[in-house]
Amino acid sequence: MAAPSLTAKSSPPATAPGADDPPILDVRGLWKVFGPRADRVVGTPLAELSRTELKQRTGCVAAVRDVSFSVRRGEVFVVMGLSGSGKSTLVRCLTRLVEPTAGQVRLDDEDVLGCGERRLRELRRHRFGMVFQHFGLLPHRRVLDNVAYGLEIRGTKKDDRYERAREVLELVGLAGFEGSFPDQLSGGMQQRVGLARALAVDPEVLFFDEPFSALDPLIRREMQNEVIRLHREVGKTMIFITHDLSEALKLGDRILIMRDGALVQMGTPDQVVGAPADDYVRDFVSDVPKSDVLTLPWIMRDPRPGEPLDGPELAPDTVIRDAARTVLSAGRPVKVVSGGALLGVVTTAEILEVIAGPDPDTTQDTTPDAASDPDPDGPDPVATDRDEDGRS
Amino acid sequence: MAVSWIAGLRACAVVAGAALLLSGCGGAKVGEDTGAQASGDGGGKSACGTFNLAVNPWVGYEANAAVIAHVAEKELGCNVVKKDLKEEVAWQGFATGEVDAIVENWGHEDLKKKYIDEQKVAVAVGPTGNKGVIGWFVPPWMAEKYPDITDWKNLNKYADLFKTSESGGKGQLLDGDPSFVTNDEALVKNLKLDFKVVYAGSEAALITAFRQAEKQKTPLIGYFYDPQWFMSEVKLVKVDLPEWTEGCDADAAKVACDYPVYDLDKIVSKKFADSGSPAYELVKNFNWTNDDQNVVSKYISEDGMTAEQAAEKWVADNPDKIKAWLPAAAG
Amino acid sequence: MAAVPTTATAATGAAAPGRAGWLRGRYLTVIVLAAWVALWALLRGRDTLALGGAELTPLHTRLSEGMDAIDAGRNSNPLFLYFINYIRLFIDESVTFVQALISRPSFGRPVPVIGWLGVTGIATAVALLYGNRRTALLTAAGFASFGLLGLWEESMDTLALTLTAVVLALAVGIPLGVWAGLSDRVNRFLTPVLDFMQTMPTFVYLAPLTLFFLIGPASGTVATMIYATPPVIRITAHGIREIPVSTLEASTSLGSTRAQALRKVRLPLAKRTIIVGANQTIMAALSMVTIAALIDAPGLGKTVLKALQTLDVGTAFNAGLAIVIMAIVLDRVTSAAGRRVEAERRSGRARGTRARRIEAGLVLAATAVLVYLSHVYVWAAEFPGGAGLGSYVKQGAGAASQWAQDTLVTYTDALKNLITYGLLNPFQSLLAGSPWWLVALVVVALALLLAGARAAIVAGVSLVLLVLLGLWHDSMVTLATTLVATLIVMVLGVVAGVWMGRSARVDQVLRPVLDAGQTMPAFVYLVPILGLFGATRFTAIIAAVAFAAPVSIKLVAEAVRGVSPTAVEAATAGGSSTWQLIAKVQLPMARAGITLAASQGLIYVLSMVVIGGLVGAGALGYDVVAGFSQYQLRGKGLAAGLAIVVLGIMLDRIMRAAAQRAAARPAPH
Ligand SMILES: Nc1ncnc2c1ncn2[C@@H]1O[C@H](COP(=O)(O)OP(=O)(O)OP(=O)(O)O)[C@@H](O)[C@H]1O
Ligand SMILES: [Mg+2]
Repeated sequence: MAAPSLTAKSSPPATAPGADDPPILDVRGLWKVFGPRADRVVGTPLAELSRTELKQRTGCVAAVRDVSFSVRRGEVFVVMGLSGSGKSTLVRCLTRLVEPTAGQVRLDDEDVLGCGERRLRELRRHRFGMVFQHFGLLPHRRVLDNVAYGLEIRGTKKDDRYERAREVLELVGLAGFEGSFPDQLSGGMQQRVGLARALAVDPEVLFFDEPFSALDPLIRREMQNEVIRLHREVGKTMIFITHDLSEALKLGDRILIMRDGALVQMGTPDQVVGAPADDYVRDFVSDVPKSDVLTLPWIMRDPRPGEPLDGPELAPDTVIRDAARTVLSAGRPVKVVSGGALLGVVTTAEILEVIAGPDPDTTQDTTPDAASDPDPDGPDPVATDRDEDGRS
Repeated sequence: MAVSWIAGLRACAVVAGAALLLSGCGGAKVGEDTGAQASGDGGGKSACGTFNLAVNPWVGYEANAAVIAHVAEKELGCNVVKKDLKEEVAWQGFATGEVDAIVENWGHEDLKKKYIDEQKVAVAVGPTGNKGVIGWFVPPWMAEKYPDITDWKNLNKYADLFKTSESGGKGQLLDGDPSFVTNDEALVKNLKLDFKVVYAGSEAALITAFRQAEKQKTPLIGYFYDPQWFMSEVKLVKVDLPEWTEGCDADAAKVACDYPVYDLDKIVSKKFADSGSPAYELVKNFNWTNDDQNVVSKYISEDGMTAEQAAEKWVADNPDKIKAWLPAAAG
Repeated sequence: MAAVPTTATAATGAAAPGRAGWLRGRYLTVIVLAAWVALWALLRGRDTLALGGAELTPLHTRLSEGMDAIDAGRNSNPLFLYFINYIRLFIDESVTFVQALISRPSFGRPVPVIGWLGVTGIATAVALLYGNRRTALLTAAGFASFGLLGLWEESMDTLALTLTAVVLALAVGIPLGVWAGLSDRVNRFLTPVLDFMQTMPTFVYLAPLTLFFLIGPASGTVATMIYATPPVIRITAHGIREIPVSTLEASTSLGSTRAQALRKVRLPLAKRTIIVGANQTIMAALSMVTIAALIDAPGLGKTVLKALQTLDVGTAFNAGLAIVIMAIVLDRVTSAAGRRVEAERRSGRARGTRARRIEAGLVLAATAVLVYLSHVYVWAAEFPGGAGLGSYVKQGAGAASQWAQDTLVTYTDALKNLITYGLLNPFQSLLAGSPWWLVALVVVALALLLAGARAAIVAGVSLVLLVLLGLWHDSMVTLATTLVATLIVMVLGVVAGVWMGRSARVDQVLRPVLDAGQTMPAFVYLVPILGLFGATRFTAIIAAVAFAAPVSIKLVAEAVRGVSPTAVEAATAGGSSTWQLIAKVQLPMARAGITLAASQGLIYVLSMVVIGGLVGAGALGYDVVAGFSQYQLRGKGLAAGLAIVVLGIMLDRIMRAAAQRAAARPAPH
């Protein structure tokens, strides 16, 4: 269970890189309905039905329902949700590997859904890159040819594309395996090839569909670090699908949480952990050690009158766990200071509440409240609101 | 992998070496001895040209065809092209111009109507001299043991003998090679016989059935015909049906009489007939007896000769008959 | 010779019934069957629509007239004529050219351009370069045996015709298969066409073909192509279709065009499957050799047919043996080539390595020497030494056949009577002796219960068609024989298949026998089985089983071998006896494969209906044969051919739907 005291707090300032630039990718009201005569669903009363009801009535599956968000240049944007929640469909809609039923997708100022086949191919060849859960490597080609594949189909000369492929293989740590065939590599190595293949065409936006879920935990961690490193080195915009929360928290600048095709919450990792929008999200984040994710503004309070304000100072983006030692050893309130201004104070009590868990009494107070959420299936007004005012 | 190609290399070297050695030693070269490909010795080759002879799939026909082909090649210098064809396809060949002659035709009034009367692409050029007898036969052992079985009136008495797993409680009358038009179902019905017609489906099936019946002394009655090479292996005995009279088989459903004796004849294409080819004269003049044919058939079926060998032997033994067939000019 | 699903049928759409529904279905089935028997007892012999052997319906006459009209239009339709003519010329020239190269005296020489040594060398080199050394050895031995059997020229004629037909079939079939693999619509359109091509008896279109393609190699080639092209189309489509979505998606996400995806992803990945398709096409082409000989197609088929005229089993067997050897050589080489494609990829051994190039160069050089020798020297051009082996084979086979016919006949007769009286006759009298409407009702009801509404509709339409074709009674007789044969095929398939699937050694021993059963022309063993079983439906069943059982056995063996070893291990660890292991684990888990084996078995049995007609099965098979031989029956023959197609499609659809439904249903224990 989440710490109830935290939900009450208003969202702290979320800072993400380039917050003021126009988004590179902008998605509005996106729908994908699978099934017979899927186009008659959107914009009719049928659209209000829950997924199960819709399936029963029409045989259609609403894999993505009215999702809107935008991604900033250079951001790592994570989409998260349980199996079947529509993540893969969503990300495929963005590059039109799956044709969306309704909505709008803009890349910079270009209408992706409106462009013709040729233009779409241009986008895919030059601006998008994608890494797949099951790698999707070509088993009949050597690693080098797999990596060079994207360049090959856009007509790059052999020498040039091999040179580029070697470069990228070096980057993902696979130098020396150029001549191997995919089935001679381990899963982790195969996914590096997948990654290299996507990187080789030097795309602006990289899509990852659960790239590491087929890998064992150790390799997965290694690959995550690899992505972080790459992001640092090449600074691409990344849209990253996962159902693993810790992965989301580790990589994401922002996280979008989906349920049954709809968006339930979107925000920075600490917003998601600190202020889950509903029980679904709360359940999701319940196992996360909050002290690892939340920063001091989440627990600081205004100094009480008479409190000594001569304690140590900490920056507001300090994670609680890192602050704990300072606070616990200080013996008096620690000041959270930003640009010389005092934002609030943190004491042992606040730290302990996060680490040791909430007071049992208060837990019982809020649980029924949250459980009586009137319409768990319908679009969550809270989420949508937050989406609107949080981003624009 | 290295091992494999080294091995391959070694093998190749051996082969190539051996081959070179052999070619060094020589041996007869192709085309060196000219005798091998003598292409007919007659000077009439140009006059005859190519003669397309249909060969229908039974031994008696093959005997006719082999003898005619032999004579055409050796005496007239024709280039004979034999085409192995079922009857219907052979007749079609008149229309497409690919067949010049059919040299043993059993009836086929419908085909005659179509190709001779209507399309006018073929002409009948007279009998081969062979008489075709069609009817119901029993193996010799039965005729011996049940002498009165050869009269159709006694057939019902023996019906039980002929019961088989196929005949549904009645006696089995084993019918046909599908090439022959049979009246047997109507006959059984109109003669009120307690028999059921079972279709053997091929000549091979019929012959095997009779052969086994004689050997195993099992009862069998079935449709058969003469001339047929098998008659010289096992002399089947004909069962007498009510005698054939002109017109008694006009209405297929009401037939109650025996089959007529066919005068087997020869058909040639109109084009061939008009070509003035000496081979046409040969076909037209060709005529021999059942015994003649049976001799050649026997050479082929029992003595294991090829059709060519059989024809050569018979022709050598019967120079006079050949002479009578040859066109006046060539003779 | 792995077979692959011949048709991809869409799901029936009906939801899988629950366990209760399934039980109810079972009761209803029993009730329907009981009602049928009861009504049969009451109504037997009424409305059976029996038609005598020489009787015709107006439809048959009209069909005859229709065929006449086509004949007549042949000369007056120039477009058609020219089109067909050019195809004919092209095919004729191709075959003649290959014949000139390897089988016939040509270019003024008394011998072909390439003699036996050269041809053997080329074949061996191909086997070595595309297959492996073992297949190369087999190839050399196989080709040498053609000479030893005294059938070099005939074998080369057959090879020339088969190769031409196969090359053309592949040239047409692979693109069509790719297209069908890419487009559902094309696939839906092609499936029934291919069913038609494969089940329509060759005898029906053999004579008309000669009108268009004339007598000679072209007609034989086209007839062979009609029968042999469907497998490669189907299997190619299957291969193109089964490419993992993820791989394709990855390619699309990189911006590949459809053409690029085809060329760089689908085709390379489907290569192995396409080779399997080619292999099946070769086998099918070889099985047409004898029938094509009926319209003067050159080669071993002629030898077989000639021998059949005098019941010379030895000679027929000798030629049949050459066909089997050719089939086995071609099969092993193509299979090895398929495996090599795979192995080369896996070992990462790129095509153009130096070692490989040197090896290829050497092999080619050696071949060139052999070809040269065989062109120049008589000893290398004409197979020396005559048919020593051949005469032994002839004598041996002839004697064996005679011995079997003389001594075994009492036992085989008893066996025939047992099955005929015990199974075939009752079943036939139920099917053919009931009023037609009763049988139709029962079949539709059973299809509905076992296979769902769609299959029931197909069954209903098919049955009405059979009535309209005027051949209801004959169709029912053929159906009874076909079902009994399929039953025997499946019993054999499961018993031998499980045995083979469980033991590699058994597999090794049985496989060549099965290959022989599949490719030995039925005409070769007609005489001995006729001697043993007489001209009966049972003989037809034996011939069908000999042809169909090998396929089913192989498929079942394949399926049993494919059962996950973990499951077998788990069951063994749980203390299952061998018998329990087979009955409770291996067979149930191999169900999909067994279904496939049954449906393939059925198709193969149906394709032997005509041969059955030649040995006493009567009914549709005989109608077709008679239609081929007698001018006035050709309309009926065509109708009978159509009836066989209808039967085939009906049984196939019901069986597939029933199997799909069985697979979707919760296991009964
Ligand atoms: N091609 C399709 N046709 C019909 N339904 C589909 C199709 N693809 C996906 N769906 C349905 O859409 C829903 C969302 O699927 P999606 O694959 O997007 O989920 P996901 O979140 O990626 O799940 P996972 O984590 O298991 O990958 C599922 O209910 C699925 O059944
Ligand atoms: Mg997914």
